[in-house]
Amino acid sequence: MYSAIVFLPLLGFLIAGLGGKKLGDRPSEIITTALLFVSCALSWITFVDVGLHDGHFSAPVLANWLTSGELKIDWSLRIDTLTSVMLIVVTTVSALVHLYSIGYMHEDSSRPRFFAYLSLFTFAMLMLVTSDNLAQMFFGWEGVGLASYLLIGFWYEKPSANAAAIKAFVVNRVGDFGFSLGMFLVFMLTGSIAFDTIFAAAPGLANKSVHAFGLDWNAMTLACLLLFMGAMGKSAQFLLHTWLPDAMEGPTPVSALIHAATMVTAGVFMVARLSPLFEQSATALTVVTLVGGITAFFAATVGLVQNDIKRVIAYSTCSQLGYMFVGLGVGGYALGIFHLFTHAFFKALLFLGAGSVIHALHHEQDMRRMGGLWSKIPVTFACMTIGTLALTGFPMTAGYFSKDAIIEGAFAAGGHSGVAMLAFVLLVVAAGMTSFYSWRLVFMTFFGERRWSEQYRLLHPEHDHGHDDHHHHVGEPHESPLTMMVPLFVLSIGALAAGYLFKGEFIGHAAGEFWRTSLFTGEHNHILHEMHEIPEWVGYAPFAMMVGGFVVALFMYVVAPKVPATLAGKFPALYKFLLNKWYFDELYDKIFVKPAFWLGRLFWKGGDGAIIDRLGPDGVAARVVDGAGFASRLQTGFIYNYAFAMLLGLAALITYGMFSLGGGQ
Amino acid sequence: MFGFGILSGLTFLPLIGAALIALVKEDDNGKNTIRWIALWTTLVTLALSFYAWSQFVPGVADFQFVEEKSWFGSGLSYKMGVDGISFPFVVLTAFLMPFCIAASWKSIDVRVKQYMIAFLVLETLMIGVFCALDLVLFYLFFEGGLIPMFIIIGVWGGKRRIYASFKFFLYTLAGSLLMLVAIMAMYAQTHSTDIVGLLTTKFDPSLQKWLWLAFFASFAVKMPMWPVHTWLPDAHVEAPTAGSVILAGILLKMGGYGFIRFSLPMFPDASAYFAPLVYALSVIAIVYTSLVALVQEDIKKLIAYSSVAHMGFVTMGLFAMNQQAVEGAVFQMVSHGIVSGALFLCVGVVYDRLHTREIAAYGGIVAKMPVYAAAFMVFTMANVGLPGTSGFVGEFLTLIGAFKANTFVALFATTGVILSAAYALYLYWRVVFGKLEKPTLQGLADLSMREFAILAPLVLLTIWYGIQPNQVLHACSGAVAQLIKNYDAALAVTRTAALSLY
Repeated sequence: MYSAIVFLPLLGFLIAGLGGKKLGDRPSEIITTALLFVSCALSWITFVDVGLHDGHFSAPVLANWLTSGELKIDWSLRIDTLTSVMLIVVTTVSALVHLYSIGYMHEDSSRPRFFAYLSLFTFAMLMLVTSDNLAQMFFGWEGVGLASYLLIGFWYEKPSANAAAIKAFVVNRVGDFGFSLGMFLVFMLTGSIAFDTIFAAAPGLANKSVHAFGLDWNAMTLACLLLFMGAMGKSAQFLLHTWLPDAMEGPTPVSALIHAATMVTAGVFMVARLSPLFEQSATALTVVTLVGGITAFFAATVGLVQNDIKRVIAYSTCSQLGYMFVGLGVGGYALGIFHLFTHAFFKALLFLGAGSVIHALHHEQDMRRMGGLWSKIPVTFACMTIGTLALTGFPMTAGYFSKDAIIEGAFAAGGHSGVAMLAFVLLVVAAGMTSFYSWRLVFMTFFGERRWSEQYRLLHPEHDHGHDDHHHHVGEPHESPLTMMVPLFVLSIGALAAGYLFKGEFIGHAAGEFWRTSLFTGEHNHILHEMHEIPEWVGYAPFAMMVGGFVVALFMYVVAPKVPATLAGKFPALYKFLLNKWYFDELYDKIFVKPAFWLGRLFWKGGDGAIIDRLGPDGVAARVVDGAGFASRLQTGFIYNYAFAMLLGLAALITYGMFSLGGGQ
Repeated sequence: MFGFGILSGLTFLPLIGAALIALVKEDDNGKNTIRWIALWTTLVTLALSFYAWSQFVPGVADFQFVEEKSWFGSGLSYKMGVDGISFPFVVLTAFLMPFCIAASWKSIDVRVKQYMIAFLVLETLMIGVFCALDLVLFYLFFEGGLIPMFIIIGVWGGKRRIYASFKFFLYTLAGSLLMLVAIMAMYAQTHSTDIVGLLTTKFDPSLQKWLWLAFFASFAVKMPMWPVHTWLPDAHVEAPTAGSVILAGILLKMGGYGFIRFSLPMFPDASAYFAPLVYALSVIAIVYTSLVALVQEDIKKLIAYSSVAHMGFVTMGLFAMNQQAVEGAVFQMVSHGIVSGALFLCVGVVYDRLHTREIAAYGGIVAKMPVYAAAFMVFTMANVGLPGTSGFVGEFLTLIGAFKANTFVALFATTGVILSAAYALYLYWRVVFGKLEKPTLQGLADLSMREFAILAPLVLLTIWYGIQPNQVLHACSGAVAQLIKNYDAALAVTRTAALSLY
């Protein structure tokens, strides 16, 4: 059964990828989607079985991947509670996104390819979460990177999509650079990269030091930090976040699946999976907390001023991932995973809802050209509102349980760590900003004056003819088809109920029974208990921030819509700084991209050309070629005689040499 | 078998084909006959190599299929044999040849006869290199291979073929003359050119250094290592497609094979002594040539530079001298032989249509050639070292082994994974993606049956070896373990001797 969960999407990929042309669009869609739903159903069975009932752990080996000396890597499926949680998140969102895409992509000319990529992604993601060793995790890790690259660049004619796709892959590779080195170090320390072996060895390495890169390090700290670098890349954390907003170039269902609910949470999953290692290094956990806190804050500030509906949600994702890492960093692995779980529902909902808006407006993404849409697409509006409530942590919704728990956990840890306290402050402030930008999005999109009708005709004249038969009126926003709405309903239920239903298992009294050995906490780690013994005001702080953010957004975008422009005019430097995302892209372009090309040219023209070739062969070769007679003879058929004469001559020379040497002694 | 061994059969079978071709008259009918003879010759050779593989015992250290005949009396002999390190390359050579013949089917239309003869002779010489167990025999094959390659580039190459072929010839010949001197010196010492015997001979450490340097000169050029790599981009650019495939697929591997067969086992003290030098050159090769690849405007040049970078992983792995690193280096060579060969075949496909290698002349061809684009994507990803392709296994093993030997080397070499992604995907974007706007590209046709038949097996193999690389790893594990054991023992002896002096 476990194999079926993982390999059915692969089957779908192969069918749609290889046979899509022959099968046709609709059959490809139906086959891949159906396989995903089967996989999803099996995942839920697994979750109930492994997570909620007996907690049966297994890791069946499928085959040996490679063996070299003591290094032995297997293909296997590790199924424990942590994996089963990831299985349902991945397959549920993926199945819904497949379904949604049938509606969303119906105008596209290469749908089999799209569905093939989606299924390929799902397969790679499932390999990642079921891995039983670092290498298979890396396989899934890079596999989802490949699928992400292909899907971001799905509309390959757009230069911006290509650039974004490459950026995503290369920035992720920067993270993978750390992941790889971490893997090498773990192998050097333990002689293995299989989870069971390295987890068993970890306590013994707790205070060992290792000499690497010219310095002495705490072995576990260095290993965890290197591995965490991979997590930072994949989960778009501060400094390695720049690819995620650009990834919005991909079709919106992709953003929902890959760049919100699943792939970007791989880093969170990785840290949780490797909790036995991270528990051995307080320093590494502190860094995780710090990076998470900064990211949560930083991304929220940028989200305040973006105008592209998808980019707002993208920065929100980045910020929420920061929350998850803070949860992990303070030792609350369950907190991080719980937020991962609930976030998957409401963030996928927000993205798919945004997709529905974009679909209604014929691929308009700029919120400045939206407004007043609530009466045109009321169902989408309702779903988006549910997603927003969950994201901002409205009481009893999913985000309320998971996000507030992280904030409380950070405060509790703050009792013995300054960094955790800092993270607490950053998260609370970010919570206010989250509420502000989320409601800003809702107000700009659904309320206020209509800003879309005329621009729509001007901007998209090509839509006025051709495939408009499906639409009611040209330019009139319309509700999306059922295939797109059903996923929204399902996710809405998740966004409302997932927190309440599962809080007991994930972070409550049943947590120990639920997670069992899949998450490791050291004997001094009592974060899940400590977070209940905090002052009452801490519990109200995020709620207060949420209300505050809502009120400010309501004021600025509904009551007094002139205020934002006035504010931007008053603080142009700050506004530009935020609008340009703290100028990270410009900075990286200056210090990495440009110098790389400059160095490349220097080495090529200067190193290879001016120095090596001129000093080396050119002098000789040029002279030989200049010998005109020789060169012209070469171009004729004499070459053969010449060459074979040379071969014979050489052989004779050698033989003679050997004989004379041998004979002389 | 037939009075001589299977290795001699493998080695000289192509010569028989060449002789047959020599008898055919090259008119319009004859051209096709020649092509078919060449193809069948390489296919039979391939079949024989598969048969040999079925008889080959993997994982043991000893030489197999050994045959020996005396030749010119004392000391010299005709001795052939393979172990787990050399045998994969024999099969690789036999495997790549039919692709080369098939890839030249349409694109070579002048002097088909000479062309096919040159290729078959080349095959004999290349297989011979990996089978030879006698120094002189090895040298003959090793240097002899230069000549047909030189001719292939010089006669059927592009516009600057003369320059390129001379550059190629001068570089490699200069290196190999030094090796010849070293071989003579070794003979003077031991009165033997038997490689098996020499493997257990202990040369004086100070002599080792000189011998090592002389061999290094030859192998480093072949590899090629920085800074003696500049012949390769030129040679690739000017060579016909099949020439590039062989150059990248097999000839480059002779350098790596040379290190592993001669430098490391015969001169262990010198190898340990010079390892930092090799590390430095390897790391420079990886970083430097990757950056250079980033700015190339010619598809073939870009792939050529990326080959230099990938060979950097090989030399790094070899001199790290532990099980993972050396097995990884062997695997990396095999994998690179398949992948870079396939990449050059991919370039050949579009070159045959448009007769240009300028990246700027392409763009958006996925719209016309989706199947081609998919195959090219697989090889690009293998070049990038994506797990699940054969490219990953070699890089991963060499790096994980190098990390144990020297963390700094691994640190810098690992930056190669970032850079390779950058240049490979940037190339793919400019050639395959984008909008199809150029009028020259409008009439492009997707892969023909012949081209499909060439690329499909390579796609499958690239992925298969990415998921199941053990076939190669097991084959060489015994020989590699033996190599490392002897190496460590030799170093220990020298160390004890050095200590006893105090």
